[in-house]
Amino acid sequence: MNFDILGSLPLIVIWLALGVVGIIIQAFVRSDSTRLVYGYYIGTLVTTGLLAAATISNQGTAFGGMVTLGGWAAVFDLLFCGAGVMAMLAAQAYLGRFNSELDEFYTMLVSSVAGMMLMAHARNLVVLFVGIELMSISFYIMAGFFRSRDKSLESAMKYFLLGAFATGFLVYGMALLYGATGTLDYSVMLKVIAAGTARFPVLLALGAVLLTIGLSFKIAAFPFHQWAPDVYEGAPTVVTAFMSTAGKAAAFSAFLAVFGVIMPMVKVASMTPTLQLVLAVISAATMLIGNITAVAQTNVKRMLAYSSVAHAGYMLMGIVAGTTFGQSAVVYYAFAYTFMQLGAFIIVGLLEREDETSLMISDYSGLYRKHGVFAAMMAVFMFSLAGIPPFAGFFGKYMLFYAAIESGFTWLTIVAVASSVISVWFYLGLIVKMYFSEPNPETHEANAGLAGISLAVCTVAVILLGIMPRIITGMLGN
Amino acid sequence: MNIQVILFSVFAIGAVASAIATISSRNPVASAMSLVAHFFMLAGLYLTLEAQFVAAVQVLVYAGAIMVLVVFVILLLNLGKEQQLAERGSVIRLTLGSFTAGLFALVIILALVASPTGLNHLAMNAVDIGTTEAIGQSLFTQYLFPFESVSLLLLAALIGAVILAKRSMKEGA
Amino acid sequence: MMTSIPLDYYLILSAFLFVTGIIGVITRRNAIIIFMSIELMLNAVNLSMVAFSAFFGDIAGQMFVFFIMAVAAAEAAVGLAIVLALFRRKKSVYVDEVNIMKW
Repeated sequence: MNFDILGSLPLIVIWLALGVVGIIIQAFVRSDSTRLVYGYYIGTLVTTGLLAAATISNQGTAFGGMVTLGGWAAVFDLLFCGAGVMAMLAAQAYLGRFNSELDEFYTMLVSSVAGMMLMAHARNLVVLFVGIELMSISFYIMAGFFRSRDKSLESAMKYFLLGAFATGFLVYGMALLYGATGTLDYSVMLKVIAAGTARFPVLLALGAVLLTIGLSFKIAAFPFHQWAPDVYEGAPTVVTAFMSTAGKAAAFSAFLAVFGVIMPMVKVASMTPTLQLVLAVISAATMLIGNITAVAQTNVKRMLAYSSVAHAGYMLMGIVAGTTFGQSAVVYYAFAYTFMQLGAFIIVGLLEREDETSLMISDYSGLYRKHGVFAAMMAVFMFSLAGIPPFAGFFGKYMLFYAAIESGFTWLTIVAVASSVISVWFYLGLIVKMYFSEPNPETHEANAGLAGISLAVCTVAVILLGIMPRIITGMLGN
Repeated sequence: MNIQVILFSVFAIGAVASAIATISSRNPVASAMSLVAHFFMLAGLYLTLEAQFVAAVQVLVYAGAIMVLVVFVILLLNLGKEQQLAERGSVIRLTLGSFTAGLFALVIILALVASPTGLNHLAMNAVDIGTTEAIGQSLFTQYLFPFESVSLLLLAALIGAVILAKRSMKEGA
Repeated sequence: MMTSIPLDYYLILSAFLFVTGIIGVITRRNAIIIFMSIELMLNAVNLSMVAFSAFFGDIAGQMFVFFIMAVAAAEAAVGLAIVLALFRRKKSVYVDEVNIMKW
């Protein structure tokens, strides 16, 4: 058995750090060791991220074909670990203010990163399933982390019930795919599907549909998006920041791999309402619903939640395209989206008061007077989310639109442009509120602390990625 | 009549009946007990499929561990009978939901009836792959990676359950 | 001795049980019963998996079943902890009574 030790290091390191060393540290070090655990887990994520970056060119498979190494999976690792570090930097002060900073929060955050990495690396449905569940279970817990708050607990409950419900569809889809192809391994499955020798084409189609439903839930695509605003609103803001970005990127990494496998059946089996078309419709509906509903929101957290739904719709365009270019467009957009949305949520978290107020759009009026830097950063994120050049969001959308047109989905691009225009309304609305309204006398003092590092990174990344998009697209050297 | 057919019919009817009892019973404890019965019926079905080890684990894990937890929580919360089974949403919504679900079942079942899989007999080696030995061998060689990953999952769930269910925040954390 | 029950019977039974679970999730309001309905769905999947596995003579399906069971156990622990925590604050496990935000 060929075993690529270097390539599997990111996976091994995070497993050991979380499952062995982390436990020992927490078990044998004094109970007020939050600082130590905090530093330890940041170190873990940084190390894992660096290892992933170092192994991008080290492509191959390991553990008996269970996981893929290097390539896009490693690029995604970098994203997950980076987002994890930024969320952790922002979390410390935030949780401290709410008086609920516990070591376990960081454990959960790192274990969700481990789950995401499994999803990106999976080359077998078993690994994908375990990864999705590891991530989701960590998220359920993090969403309910403010146990003394009704909203947080309710968000956890809703997320848990609907998430577990969606898991049912996901595994049923996997079971039917297994039944149709007789294998759980992506590469074997791809061979069977591409050759058109699947034993039971009907089961294959049903399985693909159910799997799409399950994954659509995880990325909050229409019509399975209703949970997202409620869960994102109720969860602690740093958790929302993390799960609406890295969590979504992880689901897309799974989407990319799985659709790489089941897409060929569109060409082989003569199914008239093809999977591609269904996905295109889902994509169009998702962005329209997300953007139109976001216009009506008065709560910033909820507005951003709907905007996150809309962005899942944009990213789906790259999967609809199904081309290599579409794939790199999705990866690029995942990075751009993570930076801008994470940054925006971190600012929301900083301005949030301990009694969960100061979350309304009206609370942001005249923000630039008191928090000039925050307002400027927020403006950058909003411009980028709206897709205005020269920020990363613009270039990402450009790539996605181009990919869709290239593969003949011009109508989808038109819908996407239209919904982008709608989105300008509320993104710029917030900027106008921040800069051209009378200051809100109740804006409280906010101290960025460590979160400032995350914000600086996000801002720089959003600008830099917009100017030099090849940073991401060139990572694989093509 | 073939003994296999009888066994399958008994377990299948039992599984369906207990599943319906689970979702329709007013008393949560009765629901839980029906679910336990359902798990036993499924274990029986696994035996007709020669999957002995899965059948044993089904009883141990589901009936023995998960349901104990569920019943424990039901008793802890001292839940009474539900006055109204379903109040969530409007009647229209519920009928619509059930209708969609029924349609979904119809699609799957019709699809299977329309194009039968044509597999009428278990594979020759079905007896061999269901044994503890075969499963253990596979679990610790080919499936080692997901197996180890599941340990992380259980660890995360363990920590999370303690954190969420603990009574107060800063208490010897 | 080989069974003479065709694979389709197992699959249809499994589909039926899966939908029973879905209906339970949609119609019930007790969070614990919703959770049990989700368990019904997962078990229906397990049945399909084991049936495929036995008819194909391939062990992968049975392996998957173990992972589903492990995940179900983890979900049970976390889910019931969430129910417990929510019950402490709201004195209710009915999903329509605990809602501040709309469902």
